[in-house]
Amino acid sequence: MATTAAALDAGVKTESGVWSWITTVDHKRVGFLYGTTALIFFLIGGVEALAIRIQLMRPDNHFVSPDFYNQLFTMHATTMIFMAVMPLSASFFNFMIPLMIGARDVAFPRLNAFSYWVFLLGCVFMNLSFVMGGAPDAGWFGYSNLTSKQFSPGHGVDFWAIGLQILGIASLAAAFNFIVTIINMRAPGMRLMRMPVFVWMTLVTSFLIILAFPVITVALVFLLFDRFVGTHFFIPQAGADPLLWQHLFWLFGHPEVYILILPAMGIVSEVLPTFSRKPLFGYPVVVYSGIFIGFMGWGVWSHHMFSVGLGPLADSFFALSTMLIAIPTGVKIFNWLGTMWGGRLELKTAMLFAVGFIILFTMGGLSGFMHASPPADLQQTDTYFVVAHIHYVLFGGAIMGIFAGIYYWFPKMTGRVLDERLGQIHFWLQLVAMNLTFFPMHFVGLLGMPRRVYTYGANLGFNEMNFWSTIGALLLAPAILVFVYNILVTLRSGRPAGNDPWGGGTLEWAIPSPPPPYNFGTVPEIKSLDPLWHKESREAALVANQVRGHIHMPPNSHWPAVSALGMSMLLSGMLFGWYVGIPGVILMLFGFYNWAFEPCH
Amino acid sequence: MAGPEPDKTRSGRFLLPLVSSLLAASGCTLQQYPQSSLSPHSDYAWDIQRLLEAQVIWVVIIFMGVLLATLFILVRFRARPGAPDPQHVHGHTGLEIAWTIAPAVILTLVAVPTVETIYKTQSTPPPGSLHVRVIGHQWWWEFQYPELGVVTGSELHVPIGRTVAVDIESADVLHSFWFPVIGGKRDAVPGRVNHIAFKADTTGTFPGQCAELCGVSHANMRMKLVVSTPAEFEAWVAAQKLGPMTPDSTSLAGKGRQLFMASACVACHTISGVSAGVIGPNLTHVGSRSSIAGALYDNTPELLGQWLNNPPGRKPGSLMPNLGLTQDQVAALVAYLTSLK
Repeated sequence: MATTAAALDAGVKTESGVWSWITTVDHKRVGFLYGTTALIFFLIGGVEALAIRIQLMRPDNHFVSPDFYNQLFTMHATTMIFMAVMPLSASFFNFMIPLMIGARDVAFPRLNAFSYWVFLLGCVFMNLSFVMGGAPDAGWFGYSNLTSKQFSPGHGVDFWAIGLQILGIASLAAAFNFIVTIINMRAPGMRLMRMPVFVWMTLVTSFLIILAFPVITVALVFLLFDRFVGTHFFIPQAGADPLLWQHLFWLFGHPEVYILILPAMGIVSEVLPTFSRKPLFGYPVVVYSGIFIGFMGWGVWSHHMFSVGLGPLADSFFALSTMLIAIPTGVKIFNWLGTMWGGRLELKTAMLFAVGFIILFTMGGLSGFMHASPPADLQQTDTYFVVAHIHYVLFGGAIMGIFAGIYYWFPKMTGRVLDERLGQIHFWLQLVAMNLTFFPMHFVGLLGMPRRVYTYGANLGFNEMNFWSTIGALLLAPAILVFVYNILVTLRSGRPAGNDPWGGGTLEWAIPSPPPPYNFGTVPEIKSLDPLWHKESREAALVANQVRGHIHMPPNSHWPAVSALGMSMLLSGMLFGWYVGIPGVILMLFGFYNWAFEPCH
Repeated sequence: MAGPEPDKTRSGRFLLPLVSSLLAASGCTLQQYPQSSLSPHSDYAWDIQRLLEAQVIWVVIIFMGVLLATLFILVRFRARPGAPDPQHVHGHTGLEIAWTIAPAVILTLVAVPTVETIYKTQSTPPPGSLHVRVIGHQWWWEFQYPELGVVTGSELHVPIGRTVAVDIESADVLHSFWFPVIGGKRDAVPGRVNHIAFKADTTGTFPGQCAELCGVSHANMRMKLVVSTPAEFEAWVAAQKLGPMTPDSTSLAGKGRQLFMASACVACHTISGVSAGVIGPNLTHVGSRSSIAGALYDNTPELLGQWLNNPPGRKPGSLMPNLGLTQDQVAALVAYLTSLK
């Protein structure tokens, strides 16, 4: 293959085999690992959701036990948020950011590998709980004091708290890496305001992660101290206020919502211009509104707490700040419509998912606007209305955006274009099933059905709507299976992509698919926001494919994986005992030492 | 639903017809949803309802606008063979300003009544209000009337037309007190006292339930609201203030009373003058209630017997253990508890 020949020219070996994946520091391979792992956990979280829906298919059902039901909804949310949506975004960060800014890798390739291995071990650790005495069952929000030793004597909450700490380390390491990469490693001429919107949203998301995760880390340390050492951070009998947990959790939790949705907004801002054959409408406004949402995300956390009794002043403040955040969100939607207006719309699968994102996310945003008003929220919070809202935002929003990204960038990642016919079937089936599942939840919630209940009274009028929601969920399964089938078929015999299957404007489309290990033979000079769409800047960008002499790339290393294993053993040792923890410390320090003094060529 | 007539004086409602018409396809009416938050039966619930209706109008308008605009764009600008490349428009300052200001105006129109309603619904209840202490337990609700000396469980009785000032507390973990017909929910937070106030405007019995995850039987933590006329309410209070019945010691109920006093029951349950436990519900007038076990089951001898036989089997996680009672013992206890009218 030409790429291999070019790679040999450049003095860079392409390797294969399991060991090469364990030791890889190539951002594209790490991106693959993130994406594959996240898709597997997306399927696991989906199976958990199916079990929930089957249990609720009719009143007084006995498909699962009440205790296992609580484990299912806790792990469904935890899995989808931390092991599916966030790492799917991270997969795009890894694969696409260096390609979009003209870099050969991320700033810290070995730290990047370390992030992945910590993430993987955190996922495995948390899911071990299913076979080690019971999974977490206190909700993904883990409100104290239900999580105290007194009311949750089992180890589920320990698995949850330690697992989130492990996953948090992975997220933090990745976020620092991307901030440094984006700020320092852009190609010459790529000023901040020439960065693609996806790069911008990655930057904003990374800042949100490094500011939000320390807050949940502190809260989890308090909780773990309460549970392991007998402190009283959240124990009301000892004078503590259990609302402290809620403030800390949502001070993390609301920025987390934007951590989940901003990358999808970034993806949509790439897909829409490409398939409209027209640059993004109001690029600076879209960028600034993304930054503004990131800032405002810190001033709205108590809208998750209107029912706890904060008093009218706090309720009013958080109502107004929450409504304010609707403005930049609306502005983004209008600019996306403005992008499509007057364009030449090619309704490929990626474009369909992006348009679906706009509609479904608008719906989720509007139901969010309804419970931004505290009096209305007091009827809606903790009911299925909010379940409908979050699924329109996270499934209709984040997941639809991520699917748009997968259909859009899969050719760049693998060199093959996902089958268009299967893609269209996937989209329409998912759109119908998704609405059938979640739309009735608005009504069943307003009609009085609380969330997180394993059963409901047969005489409250909830039966039919729950039945149809379950049918919708059962239809979502084949939609996702069509997608998985499409991936497998395409990898085997998909249409070759070429450099630029969609006629995209951004830099990643200038180089081969999949890109050579070093990405750019020559780092090009960037002269505009969409360099491939202008004659002059296109020529400058295509220089990227000329290899001029030896390219220095970081060598593979197994020390990131070793350090990650040590760190995960150290943290899980809190639960498993010193005979896991102490070897973990030693392994981690050994790994870090060798990592630090490893020759880099 | 048991009883209440829809309020004919409040006409021109928007949301109820909207929802009913959406549900009409399946042949349903709103009367089939007794726990609905869209059928207000108190001043507090009506304040929320008015706000919600104004919001729903905007939400529907905005959503239809975005949906129709998107569909129009998809049809109008769909790629056609031979169409020229579109013009590369980069933005329009006037449009950006317009679609920033327009949502701001709509938000202001909703924000002003929102803040008004927040202050109105959280104001101090008027003097002469009926004071009720609500205490959440895993997994049942306790209701105390401090001024009346009445304590009951799972069934809240209030008179129509008088403001009820509710203090909400928790005995263990977080719960949330929610009768949709009287208005919004309010959490029961250990170590805190929360407040709501409402004035019921319709007589009848309405379901409610805990709305904050509180452990394994969260779904089974239900309750009933009984709104009655002032005279009926006074009669209920008078009956509740009487001491418990003492059955003839030779009767089955009398044997049940002796069994109650001699067994673990007394450790958790109060029967005025008989026992003083405070972990489970006060049973002084349990026979007068329409439901048992956190309003999960109707109060019939058969269901009460099944409950006493194996509480954790009837309500997962129940703190009341299986006492290993014989069928005779269960029958005696059922006879006694049923007699406590």
